[in-house]
Amino acid sequence: MKKYQGVSASRGICIGPVFQFKRAALEFSTYNITNLASELQRLQKAVNIAQKQISQVYEKAQQESTSGEAEIFQAQLLMLEDPEFWEQVHKDIESNKVNAETALGRVSDAYADMLRSMDNEYFAARAADVKDVSNRILRILLGVAESPTENLKRPSIIVADDLTPSDTVLLDKSMVLGFCTAQGSATSHSAILARGLGLPAVAGAGLEVLYLEDGKTAILDGKNGALLFDPDTVTVDIYRQKMEVSRQIHADAMKYCCEPARTKDGKHVEVVANIGNVEGAKSAVNNGAEGVGLLRTEFLYLERQNLPDEEEQYQAYRLIMDVFGQKPVVLRTLDVGGDKELPYLDLPKEMNPFLGQRALRLCLARPSLFKPQLRAALRAGVGRNLKIMFPMVATAGEIIAARKVLDECRAELKAESKAFAENIEIGIMVEIPAAAVMADRLAPLVDFFSIGTNDLSQYTMAADRTNSLVADLSSAFQPAVLRLIRDVIKASHDHGKWTGMCGELAGEPLAAPILLGLGLDEFSASPPMIPIIKQILRNLDSEEMKMIAEEALNMDSPEEVMNLVRSLVPVANIDD
Amino acid sequence: MPFITLVVQNKVGLHARPAAVFVQTAKQFNSDIKVIANGKTANAKSILNVLTLGVFQGTEITIQAEGEDAEKALVALKELAENNFGEPE
Repeated sequence: MKKYQGVSASRGICIGPVFQFKRAALEFSTYNITNLASELQRLQKAVNIAQKQISQVYEKAQQESTSGEAEIFQAQLLMLEDPEFWEQVHKDIESNKVNAETALGRVSDAYADMLRSMDNEYFAARAADVKDVSNRILRILLGVAESPTENLKRPSIIVADDLTPSDTVLLDKSMVLGFCTAQGSATSHSAILARGLGLPAVAGAGLEVLYLEDGKTAILDGKNGALLFDPDTVTVDIYRQKMEVSRQIHADAMKYCCEPARTKDGKHVEVVANIGNVEGAKSAVNNGAEGVGLLRTEFLYLERQNLPDEEEQYQAYRLIMDVFGQKPVVLRTLDVGGDKELPYLDLPKEMNPFLGQRALRLCLARPSLFKPQLRAALRAGVGRNLKIMFPMVATAGEIIAARKVLDECRAELKAESKAFAENIEIGIMVEIPAAAVMADRLAPLVDFFSIGTNDLSQYTMAADRTNSLVADLSSAFQPAVLRLIRDVIKASHDHGKWTGMCGELAGEPLAAPILLGLGLDEFSASPPMIPIIKQILRNLDSEEMKMIAEEALNMDSPEEVMNLVRSLVPVANIDD
Repeated sequence: MPFITLVVQNKVGLHARPAAVFVQTAKQFNSDIKVIANGKTANAKSILNVLTLGVFQGTEITIQAEGEDAEKALVALKELAENNFGEPE
């Protein structure tokens, strides 16, 4: 047995075969052909197959997704039949006697360059389409598998360098037991996906994991951030028992998931969900969420070649709002920039993306990015319980500026006689220490706070949480972080406002007693954790927890804090 | 050679769905069909050609057709343009 230590990205345990997720490179050589007719025939065959494939995707997109996607495949089909394009490819093969791959590569590059030189998002996206079509034909010509998961036939632990959103879209979720990435972090896409699905995930396990033998058994310990390769039977038995205990706890909690979380002393604590799309919304409802504490809106912006317009956003938000009826939905405005790139925004490379122009900072600098989202949200909130939240706030000035843009959007909508949500709560994420320290000054400017513990911890501790070497330092159980949380909650209550938490800590069973003791009003966690958090809260007395929280703030390390909770509050000790 | 001249009225011009609909319509005819705009000439059956013409709202375009069904093709394309290529605006 060999152990690979990374950082915890999603709790849970799984045991199963390793599946190496590898993207095949489209490499080909240039050679002279002797039989022109057979080369053209070979190419035509590949084109015919590509046409069938794209037609299928097109029909599927037409049936199930937004019209935008279907339109892309429709354009791709036309490119596949483009007479000018193929005339050039054929000419290259005929006059230069080169193989089809070479000609196709050259001509598609030329067209893509020409489109890109038109210097406009729309044409850049079409350039990507040309390359997408030609790469598809190249894959067919070269006999390269379309998807890295084509051979994924049994439920496995997916091992990869890092996974992009388009990779995870390709994955058949029923074949995924968990994720282990060599690089990546607790915030990377696979981690968020895993938490949404309730699957274990480990990030940053090191490049060695990419060389582990495909198909061999491993244990993924999500909570402890470790991959145990080729485990001995004793270890397997121990983990099997842990899984059984955890399964039992989840099953018990599920029975009461739709009941509210009322503490022993009768205090109702709101337990809501972190979601990022419609599937998440449904899972939230099934797990008994009383609403949404964090609707990530990035899903609309990723994996595409142009900005989603107001109408598309409106439809998408409305679809999600509809799932929740009159329950609250906190929509977080766009949190991109820095490490989350959107190619079509043409953002400059930053030396230090986590400290750069991201999230609200970027939105305030680019009203053309910000306004369509705010307008779409305001419109989608009609007749629903919408709340809007701004991420990455450091100063009062930013809140005032953001509210001003929001007011402009309201005025515009009014002038256009469009219906919009009039009275909605406006809040901010507290994830920058400056905002936590100044919470008493910021509270009058907002209706609520939502604490983002992931960023708050790493900024407070000056420790990159994507770096497994300093992962312990950036723990949200650090007393320094807990003290900031206490201050934020107190500041909000002093001003008659409320505080929620949408960071990972809110879904952490061991943290629940402390957070309850500090007076947190709303817990927002990934849907699978909701029943558990509710169940724990039901077994706690909020007055008793005040004392435990007080004690936790006077500890010196995360370990001491966790041990304190373990010893005093056995119910929170769910060790999966 | 028969031709027509018109000004594109719809919002996105000859891009996105309108460009696709335009090319699909042109392909239904046997004639050679050309679109001339901004001093450039494009094969009306080539989506890549049509896209790179850079036809936006307000651009004047000339459509030429040569072949047995040339007249029919021009009538169809004219009608399409007059209906804003099936776009609401």
